[in-house]
Amino acid sequence: MPFQKMILKLQNYWADHGCAILQPYDLEMGAGTFHPATTLRALGPDPWKAAFVQPCRRPTDGRYGENPNRLQHYYQFQVILKPSPVNMQDLYLGSLKAIGIDAALHDIRFVEDDWESPTLGAWGLGWEVWCDGMEVSQYTYFQQVGGFDCKPVSGELTYGLERLAMFVQGVDNVYDLDFNGAEGDDRISYGDVYLENEKQQSAYNFEIADTDKLFEDFKKAQDECAKLLEAKLPLPAYEQCIKSSHTFNLLDARGVISVTERQAYIGRVRDLAKACCAAMYEKNGWEA
Amino acid sequence: MSDLLIELFSEEIPARMQGKAADDLKRMMSDKLKEAGLTSDTADAFATPRRLALHMTGIPTSTPDVREERRGPRADAPEKAIEGFLRGAGVARADLVEREDKKGTFLYAVIEREGRAAAEVIAEALNDTIRNFPWPKSQRWGRQSVDPGSLKWVRPLHSILCLLDGAVVDLEIDGIKAGDTTHGHRFMAPEAFAVTGFADYKQKLLDHKVILDANRRQTLIRDTAQTLASAAGLELVADEGLIAEVAGLVEWPVPMLGSFDASFLEVPEEVLILTMKKDQKYLVTRDPATRRLANKFIFTANIEPSDDGSAVKQGNERVLAARLSDAKFFYEQDLKGKLEDNLPALEDIVFHKDLGTVADRVERIKKLSRYLADFIPGCDADEADRAAELCKADLVSGMVYEFPEVQGVMGRYYAQAQGESDAVADAIRDHYAPLGPNDECPSAPVSVAVALAEKLDTLVGFFGIDQKPTGSKDPYALRRAALGVIRLITENNLRVPLDQVIRCAISDYYNASLDQLGLMPKIRDCFDASLVIGDNDPEMMKLISSPSLMAQLGRQDDLAKHMIQTFGFKDILDLVDFDAEEDLENVSIAFERYSKIAANTKVATEELPLFSAERLKVQQRDKGVRHDLIDAVFAKGDDDLVRILNRVSALSAFLETDNGANLLAGFKRAANILKIEEKKDGVSYGKPVEVARLGAPEAEALSGALARAKEAAENALISEDFEGAMAALSGLREPIDAFFEHVKVNDDNADVRANRLALLSEIRSAVNTVADFSMIEG
Repeated sequence: MPFQKMILKLQNYWADHGCAILQPYDLEMGAGTFHPATTLRALGPDPWKAAFVQPCRRPTDGRYGENPNRLQHYYQFQVILKPSPVNMQDLYLGSLKAIGIDAALHDIRFVEDDWESPTLGAWGLGWEVWCDGMEVSQYTYFQQVGGFDCKPVSGELTYGLERLAMFVQGVDNVYDLDFNGAEGDDRISYGDVYLENEKQQSAYNFEIADTDKLFEDFKKAQDECAKLLEAKLPLPAYEQCIKSSHTFNLLDARGVISVTERQAYIGRVRDLAKACCAAMYEKNGWEA
Repeated sequence: MSDLLIELFSEEIPARMQGKAADDLKRMMSDKLKEAGLTSDTADAFATPRRLALHMTGIPTSTPDVREERRGPRADAPEKAIEGFLRGAGVARADLVEREDKKGTFLYAVIEREGRAAAEVIAEALNDTIRNFPWPKSQRWGRQSVDPGSLKWVRPLHSILCLLDGAVVDLEIDGIKAGDTTHGHRFMAPEAFAVTGFADYKQKLLDHKVILDANRRQTLIRDTAQTLASAAGLELVADEGLIAEVAGLVEWPVPMLGSFDASFLEVPEEVLILTMKKDQKYLVTRDPATRRLANKFIFTANIEPSDDGSAVKQGNERVLAARLSDAKFFYEQDLKGKLEDNLPALEDIVFHKDLGTVADRVERIKKLSRYLADFIPGCDADEADRAAELCKADLVSGMVYEFPEVQGVMGRYYAQAQGESDAVADAIRDHYAPLGPNDECPSAPVSVAVALAEKLDTLVGFFGIDQKPTGSKDPYALRRAALGVIRLITENNLRVPLDQVIRCAISDYYNASLDQLGLMPKIRDCFDASLVIGDNDPEMMKLISSPSLMAQLGRQDDLAKHMIQTFGFKDILDLVDFDAEEDLENVSIAFERYSKIAANTKVATEELPLFSAERLKVQQRDKGVRHDLIDAVFAKGDDDLVRILNRVSALSAFLETDNGANLLAGFKRAANILKIEEKKDGVSYGKPVEVARLGAPEAEALSGALARAKEAAENALISEDFEGAMAALSGLREPIDAFFEHVKVNDDNADVRANRLALLSEIRSAVNTVADFSMIEG
C-alpha cells in the first residue's frame, strides 16, 4: 500500500467513525499533540472527534538523510476522541485492518507506555502498540492537559506514518517507500520527495541556524504570548507557545542549551502552555 | 460452604504490575470478608494482561448471627429516659424485657441481628476493593470521567464477573454490572462466553486461548524456548526476570526462533543483548562450544498466526535488524575516532552545577588516580593516569548516547581498538565498580586506582558542597560510593591513609578549577598583594612565619589561596592589575567556587571520614562483625581501613578466650571504680603511680606487669602484630584478678588510695593501647 494511500485509508476510516478530518496545522511543531485540535480541544467538557495528518519537526533527530529510520521531518496521523469511547481499542484495531494489517497473521500487542509532555504540562496512561515487535502507534488516555484534569478524558492515537508504511510495504529504508503507487516514470518514492529536504534541513538545524536570532525569537514569542493572553485571545497566544517550543528545539539541536538551562527553557514553554489552557477555561467559562 | 469466582476484565495491564495486583486482590478481599466474619478455606489469585481473577473456596453462606443485650434504665425511670434508650438501641417499647437484679428492675433491649448473606457481604467487599485498589498509577476514562469521583482503574475496566456458587452476585460499580460472562483471547477467540464456576472458567479460558496461570505461561515459555534453542544446537541464556515479564505480555504464549545477520555479531555483545532483551523482550542464545552469542533469538508471540508464523517471524527479524543496524552504525562511527577526540565534548556536560563539568571531574580523577597509584602495589602511575583520562570519554560516543547502560563497557572496546593496554582498557570498563555490596569488586591495580579515585572525587565533592545523604534520601548515591571505597580498599588489602587521600582530593577540586582558568599567574599577583596587606597585619605575619603552615601549604600558590580566603578577595583584587574585565570576572568565579569548597572543607575533612566509618560499620555488621568492637577500634582514630579490620579481628578472637573475657571484666571493674571515685572526688587519677606507696604486694606486682604489658603491646603494634599485642595484654589477667581479690582500692590512707586509683587508671591506659575497651559491651 503506497504511503499516500495509507493516509487516505486512515482518513476515510476515521471519517466513517464520525471524526472531522482536519488538515495539518500551519506551524512547525514537535508532535501532533501540539496541534490545537488535540491540546486545546482536550480541555473543557465539549465532545470532540477529529483526525488529521500533522508533519512533525524534531531538529535533533536529523541525520542528513543518512540513517534509514530517522528523520527531522516526518508525519504523524493523529486521532482524538473525546470522550474516549468504550470500544476505542476495537476502533483502533479496525483502523489497522483498514490499512491491510491482518490481526490473525500478525502479533499485535499493547505494551505499557505512559505518556508525559513536560512542555505541555500534560500526562496520560496508555501503551505503545507493537506489531510483530515494532512500535506502530502510541495510544493514550489523557488525564491532564496544561495542568487541568481532563473532564472528560480524551483518547489519543498517534500513528508514526513512515514507520507504519515501512512495515506494511516491507521496506527497510524510509527513502525507499513507495509514495504514490505509480509505476515506471510516474513512480515517486519517499526519497524523491524528502531526501534532499532532510539533507538541507539537517545542515540548517545543526550548523546554520542563527542562535542569536533564535534566542531572540524565543523571547519574542514569549512576550507576544503574554500580550495575547492579556488581550484574552488564547488561540493566537497558543500559536506563540507552539513557536517558542519549536525555537527551543532548534536551539537544542544547535547544542547551545546546557543541561541546567534545558529544564529552565522547558519550564518556560510549559508556563506559556498552562497559561493558554487557563485562558481557554476563562474564555469559555468552564469549571476547572 | 460456598465457592467464589471473581474476574476483573480490563484493557491491557502493564506486565510489571500484574503479580502484585493479583496479590492485592486476594489480600484485600480476604481481609474484608474475614472482617465481616467470612473466612475462606483457600484463596488463589491470577493475572493475565487483560484480567485479574480470584478464586476462594469454603466461604460460609452467611455471616454468623449476632445477639446482643443492652441494659437500659430502671423500669420506673422517667418516660424521657426510656425513649432515649429506645432511640439509641433502635428497638420498640414492646421489644424491651424487664429483669431484676440486686439493684432493682431494669429494662433490657435484646437486639438480634441475623447473619448477612455472603453474597451481600462479597458485593460490598468487592466494591470497596475495586474503588480503593492500590495501583501504582491509575486513570479515568470514557463519558463518566466528567465526574471527578468516577472509578479509577489501571486502564479502562470493561466487565466484572462475580459468581458465588454459580450465581451472579448483585453488584454494580460505575455502570459496570457484575455478570457471568467474560471474553477469550483478543484475536483468536474474542467472543463472550458464560461460565458456571472456577473449573469451568479455567477450562473455557483455555478453550478460548487464554492460560490463566502466569506460572504456567512462564513454564511454557521457558520449556519451549529451551526446546527451540536445543533443536538449533544452541544454549538458551537463562533470564527468569525477562520470562516473567514476557508472561505478563501474553495470554497465549507462542515462542518462536528468529535470527539476525551474523555480521551484527561484530558489534559488542553487551549491546546486542541489551537491544534484544530490553527493547524487544527477546531471549538470547549462545553457541555452547565457543560461549559466544549466537545470531538466533527467541521471541514470544501472543498468537498462533493463521500462516505458519513466517509473517510474525519476518516482522520481528526486521525490527531487530533495523535496531541492530543503528547500533552497528554507531559502533562503526565511534571506531572511526579516538577516545581522546571525545574529551572536549565532556566540557559541555555539567556534572553538577557547583562541581564543574565532566571534563573538570576527569581532570581531578586523573590527579587522584596518579596519587593513589603509590598506595596500590603493582599500579603503574602512568597507566592509572591514562585510564583516568579516558574513563569518561565514551559518555559522548554515539553508542552510549543511544544505550546509556553500556557506559564503560564501550569505553573498553574503543580503548582496545585504539591500542591501549589491557590494564587501561579494563580500568575504563571497571572504574564504576563495585556498584553494590554484591557487585564484583575490581582487583587489577589500575582499575582499583581509577575506581577509587572516581568514588572519592564524588564523595569529597558532594560533601564539599554539603549535599550529604539524609535519611532515605541519597540522590547522588554517596552511600554506595563510600561502600565502594571500603570494598576496594579492604578487599584488595590496600594500605591507604584515607584522611590524607581525602585532603588531596579536596585540594584537587580547587586547584583544578583555578589551573583551568589559567589564573595561576594572577593568583601569584594576588599573593604579592596580600603580602602588602599582610605587612601590617599581625595575624598574617604569624601565618607566614609559621613553618608548619608553610610546609602544609607547600607551594606559594596554595599560600596565596589561603591568604585570599583569610583576608577577603575584594581587598586584594584592588591591588592587582587586571588586563581585562573578563580576567577579573574569571578570577571572581574561580574564587567563589574555591571559597565555597574551602568553606565546606571542614565538612569534607571531618564528616566524610565519619561517614565512611559509619558505612564500614554497616558493612561489617552485615557480615556479622560486632559493631561495638568496630567502635572500640575506631575510637583509636585510625584511617587505615585494613589495619582497622585486622585489629578488630584480633580483638574479636582475643575476647573469645578466657584471658580476654577476664581482662575485659577486670577492665570494666577498674573503670567503674575509677569513674565513681573520680566523680566523687572531682579529680582525675590519671597520674604516675608511686610504686613504693601502693602498700600491697599484689598492687606492686600489677604495676610492674602493666608497665611490661604496655611496652610489649606498643612494640607489637608498631609492627602491626595485633595478636602479639593482645597476647601481651592477656598476661595482665592474673595480676589484675589477684589485685582485686586481695587489695582494697579505697584504702583508709588517702595517699595509698590515690595511688591505687592511679594504678586503676594505668590499667585503662594499658588496655587502651589496643582498643577503647570502654566501648566494648559485655
